[in-house]
Amino acid sequence: MNLTLRVWRQSGRDDAGRMVTYQVEDVSPDMSFLEMLDVLNERLIVEGDDPIAFDHDCREGICGMCGMVINGVAHGEQRATTTCQLHMRHFEDGATITIEPWRAAPFPVVKDLVVDRSAFDRIIQAGGFVSVPAGSAPDAHSVPVRKEDADAAFDAATCIGCGACVAACPNGSASLFTAAKITHLGLLPQGQPERLSRAKAMVDQMDAEGFGGCTNTGECTAVCPKGIPLDAIAQMNSDYLKANTK
Amino acid sequence: MKYSEGPEIRDTKAPSGPVEERWEKRKFSAKLVNPANKRKLNVIVVGTGLAGGSAAATLGELGYNVKSFCYQDSPRRAHSIAAQGGINAAKNYRGDGDSIYRLFYDTVKGGDFRSRESNVYRLAQVSVNIIDQAVAQGVPFAREYGGLLDTRSFGGAQVSRTFYARGQTGQQLLLGAYQALERQVAAGTVTMHTRHEMLDLIVADGRARGVIVRDMVTGEIERHLADAVVLATGGYGNVFFLSTNAKGCNTTAIWRAHERGAYFANPCYTQIHPTCIPVSGEYQSKLTLMSESLRNDGRVWVPLRMNDTRAPGDIPDEERDYYLERIYPAFGNLVPRDIASRAAKNVCDEGRGVGPGGLGVYLDFRDAIARLGRPAVEKKYGNLFEMYERITGENPYDVPMRIYPAVHYTMGGLWVDYDLQSTIPGLFVIGEANFSDHGANRLGASALMQGLADGYFVLPTTIGDYLAAGPFGDVDDEAVAEAEIRVRTKIDRLLAVNGTRTPDSFHRELGKLMWDYCGMERTEESLRKALERIPELRKEFWENVKVTGTNEELNQVLEKAGRVADFFDLAELMCLDALVRTESCGGHFRAESQDADGEALRDDEHFAHVSAWEYTASGEPVLHKEPLEYEYVKMTQRSYK
Repeated sequence: MNLTLRVWRQSGRDDAGRMVTYQVEDVSPDMSFLEMLDVLNERLIVEGDDPIAFDHDCREGICGMCGMVINGVAHGEQRATTTCQLHMRHFEDGATITIEPWRAAPFPVVKDLVVDRSAFDRIIQAGGFVSVPAGSAPDAHSVPVRKEDADAAFDAATCIGCGACVAACPNGSASLFTAAKITHLGLLPQGQPERLSRAKAMVDQMDAEGFGGCTNTGECTAVCPKGIPLDAIAQMNSDYLKANTK
Repeated sequence: MKYSEGPEIRDTKAPSGPVEERWEKRKFSAKLVNPANKRKLNVIVVGTGLAGGSAAATLGELGYNVKSFCYQDSPRRAHSIAAQGGINAAKNYRGDGDSIYRLFYDTVKGGDFRSRESNVYRLAQVSVNIIDQAVAQGVPFAREYGGLLDTRSFGGAQVSRTFYARGQTGQQLLLGAYQALERQVAAGTVTMHTRHEMLDLIVADGRARGVIVRDMVTGEIERHLADAVVLATGGYGNVFFLSTNAKGCNTTAIWRAHERGAYFANPCYTQIHPTCIPVSGEYQSKLTLMSESLRNDGRVWVPLRMNDTRAPGDIPDEERDYYLERIYPAFGNLVPRDIASRAAKNVCDEGRGVGPGGLGVYLDFRDAIARLGRPAVEKKYGNLFEMYERITGENPYDVPMRIYPAVHYTMGGLWVDYDLQSTIPGLFVIGEANFSDHGANRLGASALMQGLADGYFVLPTTIGDYLAAGPFGDVDDEAVAEAEIRVRTKIDRLLAVNGTRTPDSFHRELGKLMWDYCGMERTEESLRKALERIPELRKEFWENVKVTGTNEELNQVLEKAGRVADFFDLAELMCLDALVRTESCGGHFRAESQDADGEALRDDEHFAHVSAWEYTASGEPVLHKEPLEYEYVKMTQRSYK
């Protein structure tokens, strides 16, 4: 396959940035999207050009480090897939592919396709945990958990924190990310004592970071590589409301 | 490569007495630090996987002043996150005959009698606390309808002791540790430094006192000082270029600590995981594991005939060779990883491999789907099947998976004593970065167990014994300056070469060489060849590598070049270690040492020891042997037949 890539290049936070066009040839359909960029970067290095910076690590769809907007869609058009798990067999020979970083004010561009997502860590710091110091736990079987609750909590807990939800949201909202953690812990008996204070603290932090509000457009869940359902946000809003009226 | 032999290591600091009382004894004898003093004690933890994340969080909870570092943009991304199958614990919730002693026994046997009994027994004891801790944190383990935890069986065990969260156990456990860590960040006990890479260890007056790190966004070289340093920087499987590790996993932190004086133990012990997706082309950047848990229900086979090109569905049962079930009737598809991997290599070497290039075997769910129904199989393995389809474009519900072994884990690592302290006082090493507990082969679902045992329960106790004598006062300026100069010199040197080959192209070549000569099967000849070729390639690297850009920016080429440089040096030591150990054991298979059936043949008379290598400036390492004694588990030739 031969492809034309239009890639966002930005040398640092203060650079205005621009789209740059590259031709890549002999792309195998079995390559992953990132392997295709590796091949381009190897060429750029040999030619003495600055290779395209992008975040990636596990390359198996679980660490949440990679993420780019491909042809206008976070992680590309294939549903429930991270960028690293996207393969070139889903593109046509001769296609032009546009590649951009996540764009949201709370995710400033560091370089090229690399953005700063530390706001997510601060949302977790605000309350995305159960306060249980090591060594203080009772026997695991002392509290049975309904299988349905455990399964639903797991579904919310599969969030990889990649930030595609924010990139896709017209409001730049982090609601799906925040709601996933609130729902995961809020469904389990172990998460009950801090349930409402957690929801309040996390939502307040999300707002403080400059993320927008949720208007139920559902773009977030459509691009989510783990398919976190939209009703997590309803759960978050319900807990947040209770916390504020208590 | 020349080496010499130094004095044996006789004292590992493990208490004596009955094995089940040793950890209790050590906990009681360890000095305590008064809570008011803990605030004055600074600890650096490098790496935020299961071991590092849980250690930093726990040390913070105890009141120490902790600095945590990771190269990723968030501590939640460390590669523990990718562990799929599960975590072992001797809970015996099934009543199927499991016990702490049995987990201990299985682990010592699974490690092919090359681990320490004291350490392994402690690991089995602590395993039960890990499950309690994780559940209390809200880790959503799989459950039965009665609300209790579900378990499954894993390779190398005949009981069901593996707790799991669908195929994402590592993710869920890591997020538990990450959340505990972020809680401490909020509490102010832990300061987090993301996108920072450790490039050297500061040793002053014989103690580890800090690290030199590079801010990967600005390029700034920073010095961080402390009373103790904990390395939790993972394994070095990426020396092979292609492995199941994350792309960023590297040996730099432990290698540079080794250069500062920490012994490196059993570097040749590499685990090749039997169930990975086969390589599809030259551009391949990493290999993806398919959880070993799949071997619970999937049956491994190849065609009986050589070069059989029929589609798998067209090959009738009597023309299939379910070779694991045939050769190992007692354990069948659940034999330990090293055995399953070599068996796959053997059938492929016989010309019976499947898929492009004949480097693959089938992992077939046809019978499981017929027996349990597709929904049950989907529930258990749904996400793994999806992952397989995404990568290969084939649907494993209809056609059997194709799998092949790939480098997955390194049992070797920095040498540590019973307290997890290295040969440099004040330098502790935990998780995959150390060598302890797994011997020559790690059992499935034991990596998560060890990482969390070290981080939540063992290190926080033993480090206190060391820190009780602190704070250790000001750090000698000269030692800090020296470390910083070493780092800057290396970076400048890499930037100055301006050759014609990329760091990745060297890494690929080194990895291929290691896979061919120091991979699943090693011979004296192959290792000698590797030891000849590695220095040549390293020389070319330092004369011809091309690193674009400058230090003072986000520069992924520079990061990579520094890591590859260290992989060269490590690769050489791995091959030397493999050459010196003329026996086969666990993941280390020397073709010269096998029995009549082609199984690994240990040489207990000459090799029942840990090989701990000391770095010397002359480049000629010194070998220190730590004898291994077995009081409880009788040394026998492993048999899974």
